[in-house]
Amino acid sequence: MAGLKQRVIASAVKSYEWLESRLGLIKPIGKAAAHPTPANNASWMYVFGSAATVLLILQVVTGILLALVYSPSANEAWGSLQVLNHNIALGWYLRALHGWGSDFMVAIVLIHMVQVFLFGAYKFPRELTWMIGVILLLLTLGMAFTGQVMRFDQDAYWGLGIGASIASRVPWVGAPLVHLILGGPIIGAATLARFFTLHVFVIPGLLLAGVGVHIWMTLLHGVSDWPMPGRIVSKATYEQEYHELTEKTGIPFVPDAAWKDAVFAAAILFSVMACAFFFGPFGPSGQPDPTIIQTAPKPDFFFLWIYAVLAFLPPSIETPFMLIVPVLVIAGMLVLPLVAGEGERHWARRPIAVLMVSVIALSLGVFTRLGTYTPWSPIMEAWTSEAIPVKYLHDRTPLERQGALVLQDKQCRNCHSLNGAGGLRGPALDDIASRMTEDQMIRQVLQGGGNMPAYGNALNPSETKALVRFLMTLRGNGLEPAIDASRKLSASGALYMPKRPNQSGMKNSH
Amino acid sequence: MTEFLKHPGESGNDGLTPEAKLAAHSRRTFLFKLSVLLNTAVGTVLAVPLIGYLLGPAMSKNTGSWIAIGSVEEFPVGQTRLVDFESPVSRLGDGPAAKVACWVRRVSAQQFQVFAINCAHLGCPVRWFAQSKLFMCPCHGGAYYEDGSRASGPPERGLFEYKYKISGASLLIHAGDMPTLATQASCGGKPLVQIEAATKKRSSSWPA
Repeated sequence: MAGLKQRVIASAVKSYEWLESRLGLIKPIGKAAAHPTPANNASWMYVFGSAATVLLILQVVTGILLALVYSPSANEAWGSLQVLNHNIALGWYLRALHGWGSDFMVAIVLIHMVQVFLFGAYKFPRELTWMIGVILLLLTLGMAFTGQVMRFDQDAYWGLGIGASIASRVPWVGAPLVHLILGGPIIGAATLARFFTLHVFVIPGLLLAGVGVHIWMTLLHGVSDWPMPGRIVSKATYEQEYHELTEKTGIPFVPDAAWKDAVFAAAILFSVMACAFFFGPFGPSGQPDPTIIQTAPKPDFFFLWIYAVLAFLPPSIETPFMLIVPVLVIAGMLVLPLVAGEGERHWARRPIAVLMVSVIALSLGVFTRLGTYTPWSPIMEAWTSEAIPVKYLHDRTPLERQGALVLQDKQCRNCHSLNGAGGLRGPALDDIASRMTEDQMIRQVLQGGGNMPAYGNALNPSETKALVRFLMTLRGNGLEPAIDASRKLSASGALYMPKRPNQSGMKNSH
Repeated sequence: MTEFLKHPGESGNDGLTPEAKLAAHSRRTFLFKLSVLLNTAVGTVLAVPLIGYLLGPAMSKNTGSWIAIGSVEEFPVGQTRLVDFESPVSRLGDGPAAKVACWVRRVSAQQFQVFAINCAHLGCPVRWFAQSKLFMCPCHGGAYYEDGSRASGPPERGLFEYKYKISGASLLIHAGDMPTLATQASCGGKPLVQIEAATKKRSSSWPA
């Protein structure tokens, strides 16, 4: 028996030696994996990059499996997703894994970036590693956007329309650019085909190559050491200091530091699986048929903030803002390590960096939150689905009740809420009479102003009268009605016009 | 290493003087540079048509064509109705995306306005509300009056209009590109030319 065991071991060793003498990769890779790294970075804060890589591999694998069934044709894509969801065993689960994997990947890449930024790890000699990382972030977002197009449902269709509309604002080359993006004059077969090409060939190729370079540079320069307040990065001394630190405190990356990466990656994979299993795949929503206009298109989660920002930009600065700001932001991220490549790394000594992260994270969070319920959009069905609360009809005259009907019929509720139901585009009307006088209401209704269209052409005088009379009864919790202070003054008058006899004429001329 | 690479008749450098070796090296360097030049030329010849293919859609001057969207009788004067049609520039495999919808407003017996459903802000589909006489956009809250002019919200202009003509009993519109700010359906430099006439018409027939 012992002889057999030894013979098996001996032949295994021999096979390995044969392979390695031909391949020549196993030993160098093993050596690279076990390279010494400063003990202080074997931390749970340093696990995000490897987790992002693991998610990328998950996306590649699930993507290949989905491509076995998915049909990248404008005619069939939507149907093939239905087949995946309903007719293929575990097709729904693969779609869910790929969709949730994408959300997790964007999130982990962002967290990785924030960690590197706050730890000052982008500083010398890792400037280029950061720059490649910025490009990897953009490629990841590119994958998320093109992946949303792969769903080729209503949201994908109108999302492409939004993309084309933004591109159309580029001066001089707007029209050729739109045609280039769509692959023709309209959204159709060519559009899906080119986004499929981007999503499956071009961007993944760049992403994998970029990740390779990113990891190579991480090995070349070593994982950054844990920042300490007062330990300054200087181009003259940093590399020697890092080398000494590694000599003194170095531990082999595999396994002493890498076990945390492995545990975290497993936890992330498990979370993706749990989300996929319990929440299922994303969409598809309705067919990509632009004649179905009963839709409120919305982008995927990580683009909601852009969707929200686009609702708030004033028309006059919107185009320059859309075209210039992204360029500046990306350029700023790219040149960051070149202008701040030395100095303090610890966050406690970099208040502006901490402030920037806080403000950016808060802004993105607020805009994303707003994007989930789009208060700027009219609620198209509110005028027929939300009845006037009964309490607002009690003790009203017939004229006032007629006004309530006008309010409902003229779609006012699409933008104005009563008792919490209705659109949020305009102010709630529950206590409008305590804020506006009758004259102000008439003016606002007929002429519009602010974000409100003018209803002069949509209301006849009797409708206007009834509507405003009804609005005059809406005073919240019995608040006093709004008054025009100037009326009172001009009526009592003496202060301003002591010698004019014709006071009532003055009043009427207002 | 070099002794392993020697082949009879090839590594003839061994017998040469240093001067001759240098000459041979410089000849090979020259030949290498020549080959780089050759490949640059071949690569350029290869690349030009590839780039042309890639940029093809951007260069094409597809202007669209006239298409009948229904009988004039289908549109009562004073009303605005949604009409679907198949895009005249659709191609094989476009599927449901080749369909197009537009809002047709009949101003008077002979006068129409045909609006693209695409919001002038970012292209979302606007909906017509006859009671409040407004088009509303579900995406960012753009609103337009019945004549297509901007009412409120983020759009910086009115709705895109298709050119139309009446041929016999049919209403024809000129459709092609998906309407965006750069690829408008048909306005061609003079957007919203019909608005003034429409406004006049409406004020005279306003049921006061």
